Amino acid sequence: MAGKKTKSKYIAPLKKAKGLGSAHEGVDHWMAQKITAIINAPIILWFVFSMINNIGKSHAEFTAWVAHPIHTILLLVMVSSVLYHAKLGAQVITEDYVSRKCLKLFKLIAQKIFFFVLGVACVYSILKIAFMAGI
Amino acid sequence: MSNQIAPKRPLSPHLQVYRLPLTALMSITHRLTGAALALGMLIVAGFFLAAATSEEYYDMLMRAADTVGGKAILCLWSAALYYHMCNGIRHMFWDTGMFLEKDQANRTNYAVLMVAFMLVAGTWVYAYYVN
Repeated sequence: MAGKKTKSKYIAPLKKAKGLGSAHEGVDHWMAQKITAIINAPIILWFVFSMINNIGKSHAEFTAWVAHPIHTILLLVMVSSVLYHAKLGAQVITEDYVSRKCLKLFKLIAQKIFFFVLGVACVYSILKIAFMAGI
Repeated sequence: MSNQIAPKRPLSPHLQVYRLPLTALMSITHRLTGAALALGMLIVAGFFLAAATSEEYYDMLMRAADTVGGKAILCLWSAALYYHMCNGIRHMFWDTGMFLEKDQANRTNYAVLMVAFMLVAGTWVYAYYVN
């Protein structure tokens, strides 16, 4: 109660007008990073294990492996989760280290586009292999 | 007077005057490996794209991976991956309030490094064993 009163006494409405202060979305960001991390750890281990087993395999063998429905789904989950996790992490790094506002905004937008395009490329490729090899 | 002296004084305890303790080094390494792994997704996307495009591109990438340079990149990649994974798991414990004391942070430094190293070694031993 007392804290609230002191706060309003010292903080001018200009703070709200300028949009300074917490954006109230930190928890969502943190939570999304943790959830994707929980998905990433086992699925990446599976992917690394699978890629080692793929050494020396032909193109046909690899595409047949990708085309297995469970593998297709897991690969799609993997690239989505990993790229989303990467996008969140890159965002934090930029927010922390790039101090010029204009450059920061540019980098944040560029990163979003980068990871989005990468995601589309991965999803398209995996689906194309899955549908072509399946026929 | 004060204007002449001021520029020669240190600002305040700053990054440059400290020898980074292992905990701090591992923290920045977590970010560096994270950034590197994010860029590594370019290679993963390229790999899927190559396989989706043609047999030639797929074979080309597989041959590139089998060279000394390719293996070196994959080796560094696996080290970055396992380090980031192990340290990330430690971050999850930290989020619950565990291991936050200084000596616990110091001890878990070595635990993270050891487990990550064992995973890298295990992966490469497995890779050579399978082939």
